[in-house]
Amino acid sequence: MNRGILSSRLLTFLFWIAMSALTLLPVWWMFLVSVRTRADLFGKPSFLLDLSAMTWENYAAVLSNPTFQKYMTNSLIVATSNAVLVSMLALLAAYAMSRFALAGKDNLFFWVLTNRMAPPAVFLLPLFLMFTGFRIGDWSLFDTRIGLILLYCVFNLPFAFWLLQGIVDAIPRELDEAAYVDGASTFTVLMTVIFPLARPGLAVTGILTWVFAWNEYLFASTLTSVDARTITTGLAEFVTVTGTNWGELAAVAMLTLAPAALVLALVQRHIVAGLTFGAVKG
Amino acid sequence: MRNTTTGWLLIAPTLFILFITGMVPFLYVLAVGFLDWNTFAANPEPRFAGVDNFRRLVFDAAFLKSLWLTFKFTLFVLASQLIIGFFLAKMLMRNVPLKGLFRTVHTLPLMIAPIAVGATWRLMTVPGLGPIPHWMQQWFDISYVLSRFPDQAFATVVIMDIWHWTPLVTLTLMAGLSNLPEEPLEQARIDGAGEWRIFWDITLPFLKPVLLTTIFIRLMDALRTVDEVWMLTGGGPGAETRFIGLHIWRVVFPKTDYGYGAAMSLITLYLTIVMCWLLYVAMTGMKEKSR
Repeated sequence: MNRGILSSRLLTFLFWIAMSALTLLPVWWMFLVSVRTRADLFGKPSFLLDLSAMTWENYAAVLSNPTFQKYMTNSLIVATSNAVLVSMLALLAAYAMSRFALAGKDNLFFWVLTNRMAPPAVFLLPLFLMFTGFRIGDWSLFDTRIGLILLYCVFNLPFAFWLLQGIVDAIPRELDEAAYVDGASTFTVLMTVIFPLARPGLAVTGILTWVFAWNEYLFASTLTSVDARTITTGLAEFVTVTGTNWGELAAVAMLTLAPAALVLALVQRHIVAGLTFGAVKG
Repeated sequence: MRNTTTGWLLIAPTLFILFITGMVPFLYVLAVGFLDWNTFAANPEPRFAGVDNFRRLVFDAAFLKSLWLTFKFTLFVLASQLIIGFFLAKMLMRNVPLKGLFRTVHTLPLMIAPIAVGATWRLMTVPGLGPIPHWMQQWFDISYVLSRFPDQAFATVVIMDIWHWTPLVTLTLMAGLSNLPEEPLEQARIDGAGEWRIFWDITLPFLKPVLLTTIFIRLMDALRTVDEVWMLTGGGPGAETRFIGLHIWRVVFPKTDYGYGAAMSLITLYLTIVMCWLLYVAMTGMKEKSR
């Protein structure tokens, strides 16, 4: 190998080392703040982890706090239920879109996608009025997990639909035609042909929609008050309520971003696949 | 073709849920936009107000400022992200050891909750605690206080967004670049074309659909940025980083000026739709031609 190529490879390598450091720096700093005692926080900032002075007390304080436990549980329930609901509904919708000659298909597809494009702040007011106004006896949608699970469909369902349509389109029609010829019903075809073949795509859809639901803040903060608050709203409350407890703030933030970071390696190829698919299909 | 009724039944739950969560709120906000309705006002009952809310908006300095800030922010982040993203995509396509790892690390910010991104940058920028104020003081002798200096706050919000979303541009452009046909590139090199010439005449035209999609996605997201800015600056100092989403929230909730907030929402939605529609038309037009 000639020297020019070698040195340019080395330069690129060093460039990416520096870029990665730049990307990780803020997160690393937050981790450091979360494992330091209050006394160690101020003064000259150090990016080195002092193992002997490391403490888990911020995490312990947060995790043993009943309010925070509730937020965490709510987030888990809302994100998981929403991801499952959305993946199932979108699979059915994608199958319908892919295999049936539905009138006005293209417009319908565009309309579904517009729901994801809409700026959420625009819909805060009507949603707030709907959530507080829709009552069955004493029960209203406001401040319930069910409310959030349904509402998160507005951005996750179009996304799942978009992703799964490409996946269902890629399943050869001959396979379900053959099953129909054998006398299978639509339901059987969905369960025995489409579902198994779409499973990898469904997993990606499920994971990504789960992350989106977990990450959501604006709706959760305005449409819940006590019972159904999620971890993202809890994180925002830290700034306004306790203000200066940076260690615990950092611990909550670390716990908020942890799940997304953990699944990153699993889905990163598909983030791209989903997006390139969009570039090709619009 | 099989019975379309079955097809409609399969797609019905999706359409129904989106109708309830997307269409009904839209119609609702459309109706409230024409009402004079403030639950804290002397008369808290909603009354029909015609286009009064919209007339008020045109002269509302705070609203116009917020719109302007949002556009400025969008322009800054889009331009920076496209340039940096293109460069990074080129760099990431080179043959480098540990490429997969670098790529994963680079993708990380995309998955982090915006509110946590805000928290991260807040910890970086809090005076006395964060390293950025410390460095600014030590190296440039600049007093860096986000809650005091509007320009610093705005610049930090832009940098935070670049950190957060550039990876998306990198990844899409990389996908686009890897689909570039080799042949015209080689032909151009043989003909002795310069790198700029190749970029303008070959790379860019081929990349156009991908570029437009990327701009489309980023435009929509940038226009509605709320969470991370709220966490980092709270919209401050004053209203200097109060983007449109935050502004609407303030009018609707603490002030409960429902009618006015609805009108504001409608204008914002209208402007977003116009911009996205123009891009969408450009995109579909492009695809038709390439077919």
